[in-house]
Amino acid sequence: MTEIIVVTSGKGGVGKTTTSASLATGLAQRGKKVAVIDFDVGLRNLDLIMGCERRVVYDFINVIQGEASLKQALIRDKRLDNLYVLAASQTRDKDALNQEGVEKVLDDLEQNDFDYVVCDSPAGIEKGAHLAMYFADHAVVVVNPEVSSVRDSDRILGLLASKTRRAENGNGEVRQHLLLSRYHPVRVAAGEMLSVTDVEEILGLSVVGVIPESEQVLAASNAGVPVILDEASAAGQAYLDTVARILGEERPLRFLDAPRKGILKRMFGG
Amino acid sequence: MGILDFLRNKPAPSANIARERLRIIVAQERSTRGGPDYLPLLRSELLEVIRKYVHVEPDAVNVSLESDSGHDVLELSVALPESERGHG
Ligand SMILES: Nc1ncnc2c1ncn2[C@@H]1O[C@H](COP(=O)(O)OP(=O)(O)O)[C@@H](O)[C@H]1O
Ligand SMILES: [Mg+2]
Repeated sequence: MTEIIVVTSGKGGVGKTTTSASLATGLAQRGKKVAVIDFDVGLRNLDLIMGCERRVVYDFINVIQGEASLKQALIRDKRLDNLYVLAASQTRDKDALNQEGVEKVLDDLEQNDFDYVVCDSPAGIEKGAHLAMYFADHAVVVVNPEVSSVRDSDRILGLLASKTRRAENGNGEVRQHLLLSRYHPVRVAAGEMLSVTDVEEILGLSVVGVIPESEQVLAASNAGVPVILDEASAAGQAYLDTVARILGEERPLRFLDAPRKGILKRMFGG
Repeated sequence: MGILDFLRNKPAPSANIARERLRIIVAQERSTRGGPDYLPLLRSELLEVIRKYVHVEPDAVNVSLESDSGHDVLELSVALPESERGHG
């Protein structure tokens, strides 16, 4: 059975595409057959983060409109054999995406024995975001420790509970995983930023992971390599932990504390 | 400027304010969720009317739609300030 995971948030720029790329790559590293689909029609980005932009010939919309087969449009990852990317279309026609078309692509992926399909949602709560979440079994809700992002993610949690196929068919809930990203322990310690506990309490949901704000994320996107492959970086390690938790393993949260480089430490070493 | 002045000039931690604001808005939005789209507007218009008579806080009015054995019931609650209690 194919499990469909939507990576969503409401607000833009919180780290959905970064997360989709790393999550898909992490699952593939664990031996799963994975496809990651860019639902951001008109604003293709995932291909850049995955580093396959020059190999995009056909896209998601081409497949939906019957201009290409799924096989032709799936781009095989250069690093992992069992990982495929389906790029978004650059068309400005938002109506190109429709429910039947999306369902057919997902069914085709199931026929081809994919274990996971990761759907990278566009921002907002319009059609693209709706279709990205509609067929999901799991949702990774990416949230930043910041007021507008937390409020938007609460709206998304509401939509996941009502406007999805599972909700409409009474077929159990979409499993919700809250992922707190761009976390800055120093600012949290200074009282300038909401803490993990704050966000968990406000949303009434515990986090599946905390990704620290990290310079390596930009470096990874510059290079077209998902940050989870930079195993020396804190963000990469935090994504590895998150993937393990989504697969049901228990891992303690890391990178939550401000490094203690106080004056005493500098004076006395250690 | 001494070290105490420096400490005093530090702004109050803003994360606390963010947390309180979010608690209120999230609770409010959850209460009208799933109901008809007019609920938030209904809530703010009711608030305006009530404020003609009593001074209440912006989050004092709570509107929610409950389903009770086949009937939809619009529940409305208004938290009055301390001084207004017992007036009738
Ligand atoms: N943990 C992080 N640390 C630093 N920068 C990040 C982190 N996560 C995302 N970013 C940056 O934030 C920006 C938006 O990320 P992106 O994944 O494109 O968000 P979205 O898909 O939600 O719009 C990008 O420039 C990305 O490099
Ligand atoms: Mg994106």
